[in-house]
Amino acid sequence: MGVYWAIGVRSFRRFSTYRIATASGAFTNTVFGFILCGIYLTLWHERPGLGGYDVSDALTFVWLQQGLLMPIGIFGATTTVELGERVRSGEIAVDLYRPTHLMLWWLSVDLGRAMFQLIVRGGAPLLVGAFVFDLKFPSGALTWLAIALGLVLGILVSFGLRYLVALSGFWITDSRGTEHLALVLSLFFSGTVLPLVVFPGWIGDFARATPWAATLQVPIDIWLGRNPGGVGAALLFQLGWIVVLLLIGQLATSFATLKVVIQGG
Amino acid sequence: MVERPFDRLRKVPGQYWMLVLMWIRSALAYPASFVFMVGSSMLITVLDFVVIVIMFNHIKSFGGFSLGEMALLYATASMTLGIADLFTGSIERVGERIRTGSMDVYLIRPVPAFVQAAADQFALRRIGRPLQAGVVLVFAFSHLEVDWTVAKGIMLALSMVVGGIIFAAIFVLGASFQFVAIDSAELANAFTYGGQTLTQYPLSVFGKDIVRAVTFVVPLAFVNYYPVLYVLGKPAPLGLPSWIGLLSPAVAVAMVALASLAWRGGLRRYRSTGS
Repeated sequence: MGVYWAIGVRSFRRFSTYRIATASGAFTNTVFGFILCGIYLTLWHERPGLGGYDVSDALTFVWLQQGLLMPIGIFGATTTVELGERVRSGEIAVDLYRPTHLMLWWLSVDLGRAMFQLIVRGGAPLLVGAFVFDLKFPSGALTWLAIALGLVLGILVSFGLRYLVALSGFWITDSRGTEHLALVLSLFFSGTVLPLVVFPGWIGDFARATPWAATLQVPIDIWLGRNPGGVGAALLFQLGWIVVLLLIGQLATSFATLKVVIQGG
Repeated sequence: MVERPFDRLRKVPGQYWMLVLMWIRSALAYPASFVFMVGSSMLITVLDFVVIVIMFNHIKSFGGFSLGEMALLYATASMTLGIADLFTGSIERVGERIRTGSMDVYLIRPVPAFVQAAADQFALRRIGRPLQAGVVLVFAFSHLEVDWTVAKGIMLALSMVVGGIIFAAIFVLGASFQFVAIDSAELANAFTYGGQTLTQYPLSVFGKDIVRAVTFVVPLAFVNYYPVLYVLGKPAPLGLPSWIGLLSPAVAVAMVALASLAWRGGLRRYRSTGS
């Protein structure tokens, strides 16, 4: 256990050295926040109460989302992209003969990254947004606890997905294609391009049941207090996907190590 | 024989094309991955427009624009950014090269560093965006009732080229900034991909300050908004004349001049890592 903690801490420190990247990322999130607010203000002005959100919900959604994109890894994350690269280049061999579990190793690396990005830049766009717009903040220790839990679970679901994507390289050599495909699904079904509550009919029901919904839409709804089945059901939904994804991840790891072909020489 | 500057310029398209072919061949080395990437690139852009369609499932007009008019805005924004991204988007990778010092290779090859950086890892999959924009453009034309005149046709066609050039200049400016602030690649995204998101919508919904900013500071409004307003016969905001879209080429020239100055300045600043 100690070794995984140590890995996580080092990963956290590694990301803390990318200062300009962090600052410029937060700047970009903020610019996008303002753009999206303009769009959503117009949309919710035309249709007040759209999807069960009021204007303040919609705006809060924007700023939370902009802060959470990177920590959760909606576009993919440096860590799992690196894992995919290591599979392609053959460096994965080094990871495989370490006396640690492959998935747990990369999970620790990813959590270190996510925690840095969550703590340092996660709140920055929200802070800017709160100066300009009237945003919703939760009250009560229990709600804050549920939010923290929901965020960690969201990151775990996202890791479960990204880990499988990276491992796909064992079968098709280059995981960049799958990464791209995963990006499409992630953007659409996590609520990044539009909150899932706005999706109409069956496509909305489908989107809200996917694991991607558990990464972004669900934690934000916990913040807003807008989970259709209550907070408990939302957390269980996330947990369910984590169990499924990590089990598949474990299976994929064993299969991959059985058929591993190290390239290069 | 002494090479004159003009000769060097004349060789650029051929050099660019050679590098592009090389990168396409290298991408095809992983065929499954390549097919996935082209497919998903098209899907990403399709979903972009699906978002607008979903919005219009709930509303009749967005900031005074109907679905057909929004489609025209979307198509021009997506087309111009798509073209710029296809030809110059790779230039954002210079940050990585500056950090590792592998920029050195660019400087010793007999091809301008700019051409190499722009063609670096040329991604044919990016053709997905302009293609999809073309489809949306057809959709827009079939839903719009515009009294077409020669002037409007020229304006629209011109804005595709000029808008692409403005976005390309912004890509280059972002890359040049990375010589000063390494690892700031994401900063440029605010103006390129952010600019595309912004210009997909009628700019007036963002308020007068934003319209002023994208007219006079970062001239994104000239990419497609003013030309489209002219085509649709809608009045320009801020009391600007309706022919303001005609200034787009001049704006593009100014942006290119600025970008090339910035790139040269950046390149001059480059110091290798020395390790």
